[in-house]
Amino acid sequence: MSTNWNRKDLLGIRELSADEINFILETADAFKQVGTREIKKVPALRGKTLINFFVEPSTRTRISFELAASRLSADVINISASSSSLAKGETLKDTAKVLEANHADIIVLRHSSAGAPQFLAQRLRSSVVNAGDGAHEHPTQALLDLYTIREKRGRIDNLHVVIVGDILFSRVARSNIFGLLKLGAKVTLVGPSTLVPREFETLGVNVSHKIDDILPRADVVNLLRIQHERQRKEYFPGIGEYTRLFGLTKERARLLHPDCLIMHPGPINRGVEIDSEVADGPQSVILDQVTNGLAVRMAVLYLCGGIAS
Amino acid sequence: MSKEKKTQAASGDVPIMDAEAVRRALRRIAHEIIERNPDLRSVVLAGIPLRGSEIARRIAEFIREIDKIDIEIGVIDVAMHRDDIGTRPELPVVHASTLPTPLEGRTLIIVDDVLFTGRTVRAAMDAISSFGRPARVQLAALIDRGHRELPIRADYVGKNLPTAAHEKIRVRLAQTDGQSDAVWLEKE
Repeated sequence: MSTNWNRKDLLGIRELSADEINFILETADAFKQVGTREIKKVPALRGKTLINFFVEPSTRTRISFELAASRLSADVINISASSSSLAKGETLKDTAKVLEANHADIIVLRHSSAGAPQFLAQRLRSSVVNAGDGAHEHPTQALLDLYTIREKRGRIDNLHVVIVGDILFSRVARSNIFGLLKLGAKVTLVGPSTLVPREFETLGVNVSHKIDDILPRADVVNLLRIQHERQRKEYFPGIGEYTRLFGLTKERARLLHPDCLIMHPGPINRGVEIDSEVADGPQSVILDQVTNGLAVRMAVLYLCGGIAS
Repeated sequence: MSKEKKTQAASGDVPIMDAEAVRRALRRIAHEIIERNPDLRSVVLAGIPLRGSEIARRIAEFIREIDKIDIEIGVIDVAMHRDDIGTRPELPVVHASTLPTPLEGRTLIIVDDVLFTGRTVRAAMDAISSFGRPARVQLAALIDRGHRELPIRADYVGKNLPTAAHEKIRVRLAQTDGQSDAVWLEKE
């Protein structure tokens, strides 16, 4: 049996081939099944140590990686920015070298600077998995989104996926765009012109600033969280105005085809980018995304961590 | 990216079984399973992908022919239960396992094409225990080629074949490999 995988790191979706993406998704199918067993734990990474190194705060991604690693029988250590020596002035490289000297086999890194995972991957023998770097990429989020679309719609090829929100600062959007295009989807980005500039069209996607025109033609709508903490006034119209222009209200949700999936990477701002009733409605697959995230991260850790070093 | 298993015998290879011999061997195994398991309805045939799954399907078909009973079939993937991950240049491909639940009270028969070191079977038993606790576990293999590295033996064997450790046994099945059934031995 052949594998389509020979990378020790997962740094982004951009550098992956369609075959590699599909191979991760197929591997995730097998790990999703493990979640239905009486004992939801397999020995695949027994004896390996995984370090969850989250320099930027995150709860859901860290927990998902931690659970994924536990289910693969790896030992897990969590380090946050405030508890690490980074707070004492140590450089990222030195901290990472110390982690490696402690025999970390896999380092899962969340960092506010784009390129930080790549910086480590080039310098360490350990596997490095990018859990979000600045506004650059968040590959496992894109993979779990792709997995959920494929699971619910049976395919990705030729589907029309609409991504709504702050695209300019979103690593989730970037990773999704790369993955969706590689797998043959049509992608439309929707949002205020300051956050969704026309320049994105050079990637091969459509750009629109009128959500009501686009929703009736969507197979999937992926709503990104409005990151208040990162918004600057010059880019963002204000929360009330954003909801009025781009929020998926229950009135607007009536424009959608009944089969259209509603996705959100979480955490949700209810009443801002999505109405509560829509988030909890029958078309919403938001919680499936969380469940699938676990399977996808097990697949990624198995593939990167299982490569002989 | 990697070499596919060879599906064609070369000139130096030794033919071991043809399609008719495979058919007879699996039919005999079906008879033996019926004989040794008075409560056939509790039996589950769990194949190890890919060829073990196909062999399990065929044995179930013979049992249906002989005894008019539909045996339940499952799949046990062993890749994520192996003990040699990280020591081999290539990572085994994982497949989804499917076994009936609950397993309590069932007789689970692991089915594989070739029994060699026994490490795959050990991994299969580990996988089974994560699903539950069957009443008993048995083992069926089309070929037993010896060289066990673990205390494991088969309950049903299609053909015992003494081999040298460096030789390779190739099994080709119509459904998994696209050409008529055959088993041959590669000397090198």
